Amino acid sequence: MKAAIVVFPGSNCDRDLAVAFERAGFDVSMVWHKDSELPAGVDIVGVPGGFSYGDYLRCGAIAAQSPICKAVVDHANRGGYAIGICNGFQVLTETGVLPGALLRNAGLKYICRTVDLKITTTDSIFTQGYSVGDVIGVPIAHHDGNYYADAETVAQLQGEDRVAFSYADNPNGSVADIAGILSENRRVLGMMPHPERAADEAHGGTDGVAVFRALTSIVATA
Amino acid sequence: MKARVHVMLKNGVLDPQGEAVRHALGAMGFDNVTGVRQGKVIDLNLAEGASEADVTEMCEKLLANTVIESYSIEML
Repeated sequence: MKAAIVVFPGSNCDRDLAVAFERAGFDVSMVWHKDSELPAGVDIVGVPGGFSYGDYLRCGAIAAQSPICKAVVDHANRGGYAIGICNGFQVLTETGVLPGALLRNAGLKYICRTVDLKITTTDSIFTQGYSVGDVIGVPIAHHDGNYYADAETVAQLQGEDRVAFSYADNPNGSVADIAGILSENRRVLGMMPHPERAADEAHGGTDGVAVFRALTSIVATA
Repeated sequence: MKARVHVMLKNGVLDPQGEAVRHALGAMGFDNVTGVRQGKVIDLNLAEGASEADVTEMCEKLLANTVIESYSIEML
């Protein structure tokens, strides 16, 4: 099982994400933003949190145009698996792989704390290790995590059971309390909370581990 | 040759920064402001031969996120 993690100038959760993948049994390679290809045989791509390109212009906007992102989009379009966390979610929306956009938090403040997340669907490789209705504690750390999509898109996401996680107590103004969404083929997940920061006892909780553990079944399904 | 691009959040998309500015103006006694929307101005120095169509393509691909933002272009 191979995972590739994209590293942009300003990424800061790339190594945490690598550890989470490694502990789940993946061989992890880090790929630089100027690379134009993913390593051969990659099963899943991780787009990490951080402040790619200093969040200049819009969060994720410049990263979305980087050479490696074209490879990530191609990978997703071929039916490959990918997970974008925090800034990685912003990047994936900017590429158009996932619908919607992340706006400034409704309360304008940067929020860094553990929040309760509801598992909204288990019909994805990322959430199959949970049960619908489970509430897990996962940290958020963002200034621009206010998920927005027009009413039609939100209805489509809900109708197709593509909301993976929702906030039990909405911290940032996200429409319909959405914290994470799936692509149409359910193989790409974008989420603002950080499961890789709830993956070790020393983090204060391990509720995020199931996301990575469940990914090991990719090989069986791919 | 220059172009000036204005990027604004679309109507209907909440602009919390604009709202904060409106509140601040109200608190300062400017009680005649009923709404504030905050956006960006991007000035481009263009090489000879660049067209408004080129700038439109730049807006669509990078300068604006048309999911949440609208843009307008002034060729100067």
